[in-house]
Amino acid sequence: MNTSPVRTFFCALPLLAAFAGCHGAGDGRTRITFWALGAEGEHVAKLIPGFSKRHPDIDVKVQIIPWNAAHEKLLTAFAGESLPDMCQLGNTWIPEFRTLNTIDNLTPWVAASHTVHESSYFPGIWDTNVMDSLLYGVPWYVDTRVLFYRSDLLAAAGCAKPPASWEEWFDISAKIKARYPGSYANFFSTNNEWAPQVILGLEKGSSLLKENNTLGDFSGPEFTEAMRSFYTFFRNGWAPVKTAQIVSVYQAFAEGFFAMYITGPWYIGEFMNRLPDSLQGDWMTAPLPGPGGGIGLSLAGGSSLVMLSRSRHKPAVWSLIEYLSEPEQQLEFYRLTGDLPARVETWRDSSLAHNRYAGAFFRQLNHVRATPKVPEWEQIAQKVREYTELITMDQYTVEDGLRALDREVNVILEKRRWLLHGR
Amino acid sequence: MAGNRAVILFLGPALVAIGVFFFLPVLAAFALSFTDFDIYALGSFAFARFVGFKNYAQLLSDPLFWKAFRNTLEFLLIGGPLSIAVSLGAALMIQSKLVRWKGFFRTAFFTPVVTTLVAVAVIWRFIYHPRFGLLNYLLSLVGIGGVDWLGDQHWAMPAIILMAVWKNFGYNMVIFIAGLQNIPAELYEAASIDGAGRLQQLRTITVPLLAPTTVYISILTMIGYFQLFSEPYVMTQGGPLNSTLSIVLLMYQQGFRWWNMGYSAALAFVLFAFILVGSVIQSRIQKRWEAS
Amino acid sequence: MKGLGTVFLYAILTLVALLTLAPLVWMVSASLMPTGDASAFPPPFLPARITFAHYTRLFTNLNLARYLFNSAFLAVSVTAISLFVNSMAGYAFAKYRFRGRDPLFKLLIASMIIPSQVTMLPLFLMLNKMGVINTYIGVIIPGMASVFGIFLMRQFALSIPDSLIEAARIDGAGDFRIYRSLILPLCKPILVTLAIFTFMGTWNDFLWPLIVMTDDSMYTLPVALANLSLEHVQDTELMMAGSVMTIAPVLILFAAVQRHYISGIMAGGLKE
Repeated sequence: MNTSPVRTFFCALPLLAAFAGCHGAGDGRTRITFWALGAEGEHVAKLIPGFSKRHPDIDVKVQIIPWNAAHEKLLTAFAGESLPDMCQLGNTWIPEFRTLNTIDNLTPWVAASHTVHESSYFPGIWDTNVMDSLLYGVPWYVDTRVLFYRSDLLAAAGCAKPPASWEEWFDISAKIKARYPGSYANFFSTNNEWAPQVILGLEKGSSLLKENNTLGDFSGPEFTEAMRSFYTFFRNGWAPVKTAQIVSVYQAFAEGFFAMYITGPWYIGEFMNRLPDSLQGDWMTAPLPGPGGGIGLSLAGGSSLVMLSRSRHKPAVWSLIEYLSEPEQQLEFYRLTGDLPARVETWRDSSLAHNRYAGAFFRQLNHVRATPKVPEWEQIAQKVREYTELITMDQYTVEDGLRALDREVNVILEKRRWLLHGR
Repeated sequence: MAGNRAVILFLGPALVAIGVFFFLPVLAAFALSFTDFDIYALGSFAFARFVGFKNYAQLLSDPLFWKAFRNTLEFLLIGGPLSIAVSLGAALMIQSKLVRWKGFFRTAFFTPVVTTLVAVAVIWRFIYHPRFGLLNYLLSLVGIGGVDWLGDQHWAMPAIILMAVWKNFGYNMVIFIAGLQNIPAELYEAASIDGAGRLQQLRTITVPLLAPTTVYISILTMIGYFQLFSEPYVMTQGGPLNSTLSIVLLMYQQGFRWWNMGYSAALAFVLFAFILVGSVIQSRIQKRWEAS
Repeated sequence: MKGLGTVFLYAILTLVALLTLAPLVWMVSASLMPTGDASAFPPPFLPARITFAHYTRLFTNLNLARYLFNSAFLAVSVTAISLFVNSMAGYAFAKYRFRGRDPLFKLLIASMIIPSQVTMLPLFLMLNKMGVINTYIGVIIPGMASVFGIFLMRQFALSIPDSLIEAARIDGAGDFRIYRSLILPLCKPILVTLAIFTFMGTWNDFLWPLIVMTDDSMYTLPVALANLSLEHVQDTELMMAGSVMTIAPVLILFAAVQRHYISGIMAGGLKE
């Protein structure tokens, strides 16, 4: 009886597909997968050969996930039970993945480690990884937001130094606007970012969420005050309302379209590379001004390295985490990416110490605070951005906008309330 | 005819596939829409609650949903007729007796249809670039100032509509051509002997006889356009200011980004309801038009 | 008068054809430009210097060959399987009488109105339980059968004379033999059309592969391209090269078989 070849092909197809979809190491070595996000992914691959030399029995597969898709991809992988062994996570995402019980408590690993110690890290940064007194991630690189400014434009407007308080900030903004009426003093990317708004709120002492993070506190007095100040920039024409018109931040900064911008360390490299040589002496960084003077609070940002609970090769994962946390690797990674190392002692190294732009970050990193450690934070942050943008466009008054924001945030947090207050 | 065994053999695979991998998920989605299945529930099923119509109530009072609905409707009501008009116009021109090389033009107009939407969106995103894009350049040649197409909340949706029309008009054009080919040439000959001008022939012969085709195309287009997703996903991610957020994009964000799965399922069924209502309304209107 | 009308018509048709094809031509042109050249004002139509560097980079650094393989494998698999499944079902609906046949068929047709996005979340959860997320099977499964394919097949099969089938039966052929040796060859035109539809549809599919494939080595071309475009936003020429690689295979296929494809759409468009 001759079976139709067609039939055989169809029967073989699923088998083929199943095999095609699976990849194994098969040579006796331990194989671990490491998901790195964005540009960091491309660069961390260069550190792996050094690790492999030290640990020839461990084979590391680095997978790069673009930042925009990272959140979705991680959650889809969780649902699909295809999470890797080890992962880089933005530290604001740690609460979420902790809630899903996907990442392991690293406290015992750290206790037994010679390389990783809490004292080596900025306290505010270490804290972002701690939930219920347990550590869930090892800080890998840090970021926070500081003020980048055009020193020449400030000088031309009569200001020798960057603002050291909010009052000075308003004052300098007014002077710059008076001197350059066609441009702006500040730029806030309200169509993209929630960080500056949240930072101002933190600086004013807002806790952002209240009652054990089950309700929004955005319409509370502190955040409202902060947003009134934020709105001042737009009302007085010190910051552009139509943010979409700035297609390239570097270009606009170079053209002097705005003089001050709150952003993170990756811009050090970007500005150094993209701004014309003639301008390289005319820009600088400074820590954020606090409302009443002194250094204001900023975000405790950055990425951590986490160990996924489902991994079957946890010792190997920890080896890699330790490796990437060594001062030499931290320094090398900084050289490759411009991302600021999480280990404090690495900062003393010559290349960082001589980077005049990094100084502001070092000082700022001692004044940082984590955002609320709830899984819904990412969603809430998006809403903050939406409503503050609408406020700057006069579609809401500050008070109405923040009340509307809180209403939505409370809806988002409803499940959390239900879970915490006894089902 | 032969026994039931044959029918089971032939129909089996298809019915099982469609039953298990289509109808079952539809029913499951329906059930899901009455729960608050979310990221907590993903960790442990015990955290899912039955919430009745709460998701539906919530979405009907969510301003973001209504924004998505208005955007989708804008896309539908402007893009739909525009696309059909362009398709019809192209079909009429190609079918004209004066034109040779029908095959060439038909192929040229059809090409965008087979291209991958994502790839096309990438191209058009650059065409719409405020500084370096082709469109603003061409406009500047005729003295019109440039617009930040994808960055301006008033122009983003029109920009997407234009791209969608470009991509799709060839498809409906081909169906119109088939419809036009079905109209007997004698009718036109008789009419011109009677002295009817071209425009009059269009009005009295072409349009009425094309009516069934037009109805079919309109309904298909409406159903397709209600499901707007890939274009805003690739080009604008729903922005600026949620002006290009469509219902399916909102559903995707809620379901796959924030894992509000019960809510997302409710959104899907509301979409389905809209499509159903839209189809019924449309076929009623056009049946009445046909009757007259 | 007629001459003027003809010229006018040709002019418009040519203009529209140019406008229609211009973005695609520009895509190819930009893909050959050196990095940064496309972002200039006024935008260049032709490359000042032709370079294949972006294509090289796509294949060496950015793993394009893998994505090409994934897309091709999936498109071929889904096409082969669904042709088989849909043609059998369409034939059954056309030529077999059984209880509930017509209501069942109407139900299937009616289901075409349900947007596929409704099914995506539960289907994802279901396939997850089956363990086929991030595998080829996960993409093949929803494509195994399609109501549209069954509909087209039934339409065509209805036109096969019953006498032919009767004759074969009298000769002693079994049901499957009749299907394989008589029906399938007769249906070749519609099968070709359906194959083209399915191949292109699967190749161009975006949302479902986006959801199902979590490993970047499993991405299909559209998903990889979307990722590329989100990450390399500044690198226009590279992305154009990616677009070319994504579109070129289907365009070539289309050019080869357009007559069948277009006639299939026409056939589908002229339902009762």
